[in-house]
Amino acid sequence: MNLTKRFKLDRLAWVFMRVSGFFLVFLIFTHLIVNVMQDGGVHAIDFAFVAGKLADPMWQWFDVTLLWLAVLHGTNGMRTIVDDYVYRAKLKKVLLGGLYGSTALLLVLGTLVIFTLDPCPAGSPADLLPSFCSVS
Amino acid sequence: MSTTAQRESKTKIAGTLYRGHEGMWSWVLHRITGIAIYFFLLVHVLDTATLRISPEVYNGVIGAYKTPIMGIGEAGLVAAIVFHAMNGLRVILVDSTSWGTKYQRQMFYVVLALWTALMIAFVPRHLMNVFEGGH
Repeated sequence: MNLTKRFKLDRLAWVFMRVSGFFLVFLIFTHLIVNVMQDGGVHAIDFAFVAGKLADPMWQWFDVTLLWLAVLHGTNGMRTIVDDYVYRAKLKKVLLGGLYGSTALLLVLGTLVIFTLDPCPAGSPADLLPSFCSVS
Repeated sequence: MSTTAQRESKTKIAGTLYRGHEGMWSWVLHRITGIAIYFFLLVHVLDTATLRISPEVYNGVIGAYKTPIMGIGEAGLVAAIVFHAMNGLRVILVDSTSWGTKYQRQMFYVVLALWTALMIAFVPRHLMNVFEGGH
């Protein structure tokens, strides 16, 4: 990559960190308040709770926004750290390859799970499912 | 005869305007918390993906988070997230306002105060859920 392109990309990454960071503060605090500060806290998280949330398009879009911003913000942070501390070209290539591979995996897997989760899978015991599954 | 600055640089890490002061420690903590949060995010997307396998599998995986040791780990994770969030807002202010650089040191103490207040709001409630909340 030529230097001008590289500078432009780095500047874009710099702006992205500020913009995504600002929104992530609100997204993650909401995520924590809704999931971990609810009655019962972490004990109340199970399939019925999460699938019940993800049956609502509002939470699907909330979660997919959170997923993409968090993963890309984290990836760029890790890229910066590799750039700062890893000088050996070969090792750097391996680390960045692993990083970008993980990024792609998390984005694809996470997005698929959010949009394709069946909240009422057939054959599962009703007491493990969201309460709306048993309404016929 | 050595100057005051030279003597200081031998006894503590504060030889420059930057090293050893609030600016450096906020940067160090921002990096460390960022790396920790990244690796949790990696695991967290994967554990959430088990929703797609079956309710039984997901409940089993998420059950691993409901132990006392993990509960303490979660408090540590939230501590890292809250610091990274508050200090991140400080970084945005330093970068985007005319007064940010001048007050970056004071803002670091505001970050620590907000962090303390939010942790007081979160940790006791969380630990009560972890240690008393029934399965």
